Amino acid sequence: MATATAEAPVRSAPGDGRKRKKNALSDGQGRLAWILLAPTLLVIIVVAGIPVLMSIRESFFQVNSGVDPNTGLVAGGERFSGLENFTAIFSGQDNVSGSYGQMGRFINAFFNTTLITVIAVLAETILGVAMALIMAKAFKGRGIVRAGILVPWAIPTIVSALMWKLIFDEAGVANRILGSQILWLADSASSFWAVIIADVWKTAPFIGLLTLAGLQTIPAEVYEAAKVDGATAWQQFTRITLPMVRPTLVVAVLFRTLDTLRMFDLPYGMIGPGKYRVETLSIFAYLEANAGRYGPAAAYAIVLFVYVLLIAFLFVKILGADVIGDSAPKKAKKKRGDRDATTGAVPALQQMGGNH
Amino acid sequence: MTSARPARRVLIAAASLTALLAAAACGGSSSDTPAAGGSSAPAVDLSKRGPIEYWQGKDTSGNVKNIIAAWNKDHPNEEVTLRELPDNADQQRQQMIQNTQIKDTKMAVLSVDNVWTAEFAANGYVIPLPADQFPTEDFVPATVNSGTYFNNLYAYPTSSDGGLLYYRKDLLDKYDLQPPTTFDEMKTACKTIQDGEGDSKLNCFAGQYQKYEGLTVNFAEAVNSAGGVIVDEAGKPAVNSPEAKAGLDALKGMFDDGTIPKGAITWQEEQGRQAFQDGELIFHRNWPYVYALAQKEDGSSKVAGKFDVAALPGVTGPGVSSLGGHNFSIAANAENKGTAADFIKYWASAEVQKSNALATSAAPTRAALYTDPDMVKKYPYMPILLKSIETAQPRPKAVQYGDVTLAIQDAAYGTLQGQQESDAALSGLQTKLEGLIK
Repeated sequence: MATATAEAPVRSAPGDGRKRKKNALSDGQGRLAWILLAPTLLVIIVVAGIPVLMSIRESFFQVNSGVDPNTGLVAGGERFSGLENFTAIFSGQDNVSGSYGQMGRFINAFFNTTLITVIAVLAETILGVAMALIMAKAFKGRGIVRAGILVPWAIPTIVSALMWKLIFDEAGVANRILGSQILWLADSASSFWAVIIADVWKTAPFIGLLTLAGLQTIPAEVYEAAKVDGATAWQQFTRITLPMVRPTLVVAVLFRTLDTLRMFDLPYGMIGPGKYRVETLSIFAYLEANAGRYGPAAAYAIVLFVYVLLIAFLFVKILGADVIGDSAPKKAKKKRGDRDATTGAVPALQQMGGNH
Repeated sequence: MTSARPARRVLIAAASLTALLAAAACGGSSSDTPAAGGSSAPAVDLSKRGPIEYWQGKDTSGNVKNIIAAWNKDHPNEEVTLRELPDNADQQRQQMIQNTQIKDTKMAVLSVDNVWTAEFAANGYVIPLPADQFPTEDFVPATVNSGTYFNNLYAYPTSSDGGLLYYRKDLLDKYDLQPPTTFDEMKTACKTIQDGEGDSKLNCFAGQYQKYEGLTVNFAEAVNSAGGVIVDEAGKPAVNSPEAKAGLDALKGMFDDGTIPKGAITWQEEQGRQAFQDGELIFHRNWPYVYALAQKEDGSSKVAGKFDVAALPGVTGPGVSSLGGHNFSIAANAENKGTAADFIKYWASAEVQKSNALATSAAPTRAALYTDPDMVKKYPYMPILLKSIETAQPRPKAVQYGDVTLAIQDAAYGTLQGQQESDAALSGLQTKLEGLIK
């Protein structure tokens, strides 16, 4: 925030009429930037760019899996199969019965992925904001509460998957507390909710943490002013806290959404493979690759990639654009709206950088 | 205002990078599977010797390193190194395949789960073993069959496994009952005991019914014991039969009438063993490894000294076990195949199998060991286990075994969970298997 406001006058300063002198340092900035960025770009190309290109190539090929009827041996090798791996998604060849009736396994996984993401992220956001509000309050034992809230986030997902597997066991803690015999680890609607519960438990602190960072940028005077004006706590929350923390929250929700769309370890580790009510796209793609069908696996991963990209784009377009759209027209009327948007966005991103 | 645009661009960049990494992480690796040798029994050079690696799952017994140490003592120039893989069978299979694809020349001897034999052989991951060097007369025929693919032996039998019926001898004796041979007899026995004991926590029977390989095993046992088959002798799927339906209906019926506790739909081997050891089951289908654990006197088992084993019961007659076990193969890319062959013969020898069995209760593959006095003294169930293994049915031999077993699990689990009728499940399974096994 400080940098944003401090920079503005400097940039609009060249009104002094003096012709800009050649400056070795600043004129070379483009090249210098490239040099400084080169190692990062190289790493990204090697670990992300090339594999993505290879995956795309792979998605147009199929392994020859035919067995010679005399020797029982597989011919081996690959053949170009065009869009076959993609069109096979809708061929109805591998129908499974999950929560939504008989349908292609990919489509079933697609619905699972989407539904888990929508429900889990929604619950995480609500809980996360609540956590942030608690963590932001000054009270005795705040350190312990903060640490306690963050513990689930610190546990590796696969470990929490196994932990929840024990909890949700047929003779486990969950059933003892509920006094019921719900078969969480079978392949049923309860398995779906078990995944949601475990995911929310694990990642609500993430949203809480980012929101807390956002909360701390809201100046106390705003609340004092609201108090003087006689605003209730709810009014303060909806009119001050939420709008001012929104830019941070949008980023947090975006990252959670992208993460949840790729969910793999939680359902796989907790409920197991081949459970169509919790099978996500990542799990399906993994199982296909595991079965030696690298072409279809790559094709599914590509579709997931495009899907994630699309969601990310929509987020930035609709919610992200809103951040700017909010401030631009209102600037004339309400100065505060403008500042909200800019002050919030910068710490949010800085916070992201610090956490990943 | 100037800062808003860059912020947005950073957001886009960050978002797309995350997405990019998602795809990169999921992308399958390219593979050019080597075309396997064409003729049915290609000559293999088994002369080259030198250090090798032996690959197997986690050594839970702790005895593997002793066996290898004994070998290394006698063969200083042909040292064997143990490569321990994860406990999970699927991950073992995956790592073996991956190292085949990168042409690892050190990976020489593989401990192959018998259901992988077809896949490993057909893809040329392992080589056929010459009959003159690997005689099979002294082995239990079912175990040899489990390492054979298209009349070639690809894996030398080193350990076997068959299902056993664990039962509460104290309770059966108390009510003067004999171990049952059919499920109906078992239910009658349970009723007598449960009525007499009046203990609501005492359940009748359980096997493994979680959706995983164990379900395939238990489903196959039910179908086989009702006179049905999953795949017939000619290797064609034939699961859509009245016998197979009778088998699946029997399992479903036991869930419905409470013979099998409802929770058992989420049980693997360990949950069932725990329930049996806690005295909550009268009958329990499990593998031989349970015997030593349930017999422990350290308080972990409430049934120590109170149970015995019998042959599995079946639907219409005596039960038919599914065959378990691991066999040893030589990896196709191994450099020192001669040492690998010698090491396999060493491991499969009567002496090593016996000492290993005595140390770990691993079921041997040589028939004579089942009547060996030392063995029977230590493991009184040996004759019953031999019968179980001798009459055991192999699970379908399929190159795409992973798909086959999943299709079987889909049909069985859907029926047991009450999501579909058994005849619809079996006709669906038949269609799927026809597509998978050609």
